[in-house]
Amino acid sequence: MMGRDLAELAARNLREAALRNSLTTIGIAVGVASLVAMLSLGVGLQNLASDRLSRTGLFDAIFVTAKPNTPTLRRMENPSPAPLAPVRPLDDDGRHQLEALPNVIAVYPEIRFPTEIHYAGNPYATIVAGVAPSDRNDGAFDQMKGSFFSGPSADEAIVQVELARQLATPPESVIGNEIVLRYAERQALPAESDGKSDGYSIVPREEKLRIVGIIETDPAGGFGAFGRARLFIPLKVAETLRTAQTSDLRDLLRDTPAKRTYDSLTVRLSGASKVKDAEDSIKQMGFAAYSLLDATRSLGLVFAVFDLFLGIFGSLALVVASLGIINTLVMAILERRREIGILKALGAADRDVRRLFFVEAGAMGLLGGILGVLIGWLIGHAINFGTNIYLARRDLPAISVTAVPWWMVAAAIAFSIAVSLVAGLYPASRAARLDPVQALRYE
Amino acid sequence: MTTNAPTPGPPAIRLEQVTRHYQMGETLVRAADNVTLSIGAGEFVALLGSSGSGKSTLLNLMAGLDRPTSGSIFAHDHNLAEMNSEELARHRSHTIGIVFQAFNLLPRMTLEENVELPLRLAEVERSERTGRVREALNRVRLSARLTHHPSELSGGEQQRAALARALVNRPTILLADEPTGNLDSATGDEIMLLLREINETLGMTIVMVTHEQLRAERFAHRSILMGDGKVVSDGVMS
Repeated sequence: MMGRDLAELAARNLREAALRNSLTTIGIAVGVASLVAMLSLGVGLQNLASDRLSRTGLFDAIFVTAKPNTPTLRRMENPSPAPLAPVRPLDDDGRHQLEALPNVIAVYPEIRFPTEIHYAGNPYATIVAGVAPSDRNDGAFDQMKGSFFSGPSADEAIVQVELARQLATPPESVIGNEIVLRYAERQALPAESDGKSDGYSIVPREEKLRIVGIIETDPAGGFGAFGRARLFIPLKVAETLRTAQTSDLRDLLRDTPAKRTYDSLTVRLSGASKVKDAEDSIKQMGFAAYSLLDATRSLGLVFAVFDLFLGIFGSLALVVASLGIINTLVMAILERRREIGILKALGAADRDVRRLFFVEAGAMGLLGGILGVLIGWLIGHAINFGTNIYLARRDLPAISVTAVPWWMVAAAIAFSIAVSLVAGLYPASRAARLDPVQALRYE
Repeated sequence: MTTNAPTPGPPAIRLEQVTRHYQMGETLVRAADNVTLSIGAGEFVALLGSSGSGKSTLLNLMAGLDRPTSGSIFAHDHNLAEMNSEELARHRSHTIGIVFQAFNLLPRMTLEENVELPLRLAEVERSERTGRVREALNRVRLSARLTHHPSELSGGEQQRAALARALVNRPTILLADEPTGNLDSATGDEIMLLLREINETLGMTIVMVTHEQLRAERFAHRSILMGDGKVVSDGVMS
């Protein structure tokens, strides 16, 4: 029998037992809906986690330090170890070399320093951190009051809300006001007769800044951060202040103390996929490099397992629905026993009868799949809606915890059809094997 | 009303030592027992016999709906006993037309759809189907009832529709199992006249199972009497 005839006959048969077939189809739809809802929750949570984590800047960044040359345990056990390789200092030359690497969008030091600030004549002790322009996408700035820095070298500051509360009531009133930053500047001493500088001096300085915004939390800004900063200034401004850092003492002991080195540098890349190659290149330069690449992989694995289990639980309802298909089609064989006999007497091959039942099972799977995806999508929206009401009551921003991507729509419908066809195997083969003589005798 | 028997052509159906045994519990039922007979092309043969004599079993074997326990059944020299189920389906679709006592029309289909069904199964092109359906319904004088459902037709009309369905694939052999069994005498005669007309105008071989000897004598060329699965007598009508 040709495909179109098969489809027409199957559609006619499905219409003839409309109620039973509709109920079976709804059963499949409920199964598919449960699968789609579960998977959409898994995918949605994964997207949410990936989005939040990628916005911390941790996954497209490499943390670079000078290579440690402390002896390892094995070296200490060895009575005559080879001499340790000289340590390459992480200085401006190294920084420029890092900036020249492919896919690098920024290289910046982690600048944090303790300071005293003056606001409306009162002093406050706090920690200041430099913020790179690429940190603008950090989730900490999502709910910012006011605005981000107007430029990379703007004399502006963003304060953390706790500090803003100390400065003024209401805290928002600090925006637009001036703040005075008091800090220790490192100044190189003039060169001596041999042309070398012996060291540097520390000089107290002041810098006036305008407060432009308030944020809730400290942006991660890479993962070399220590201590919770409460005042944020543009990184370029922080660098020009030449504040005394912990690495200054180490510089003092070098041959060239005037030449500045960095404790660490953060290398920001154009994407998380570029991290591995860049990390290898940095290690070859003689620096130590760390990234959260392995953590990203682990996260992917955790979500894959999570999705698998959600999928299995979601599929259980579809398995139950497949029993409904078997029941419906077996009932159809009993009811249509004589009709099958007539079809065979008129020239239908076993294959035709089998295909007819398969098409009927597949059609129920297709319709159930489409309906199920629609219901699953609506359930996802209901979950999002409920979640966001809950979050809104707690003054938290709206999020999306479910997602139904196109691949899931296609996969759910294909899975529904596949399960239906498997469920139709037994009834279809039973119908095809029916003895036409017996079937025609059946009343 | 007996017609003159035509000179039989080459055999359309040939049965050689055909047996069909059923096991019913402990008992072996010999529904067809070593039957050998030949039916020429264009013959109108009546298979007579009492209930359980094996005539319907023989018809089912000729139709390829059933397989013999032993022996050979040739339809135009093709041995049905050696055919697989696909080949038997093709035989039923292209060589054989079948009419049943209970009409066996599909109740939810219109007449047109019922008659079209064998064309669907035989994978006849759609463009050709309408003409073939009209032609078959014209032959049984039901062209005005195309859109009617079987329940809207009388018994005679239903059997004529079943006849149209059997003819639509232009088979060479028509098998009829008690075609007048559910009809009153006058309507039964109408169907018999129609069968004879088909036999004469199309030259179609007809094998009809019946227990009505008088009707068989009036319309068929030859009658074969069955008893206990065996051919009891085989004679051409005078």
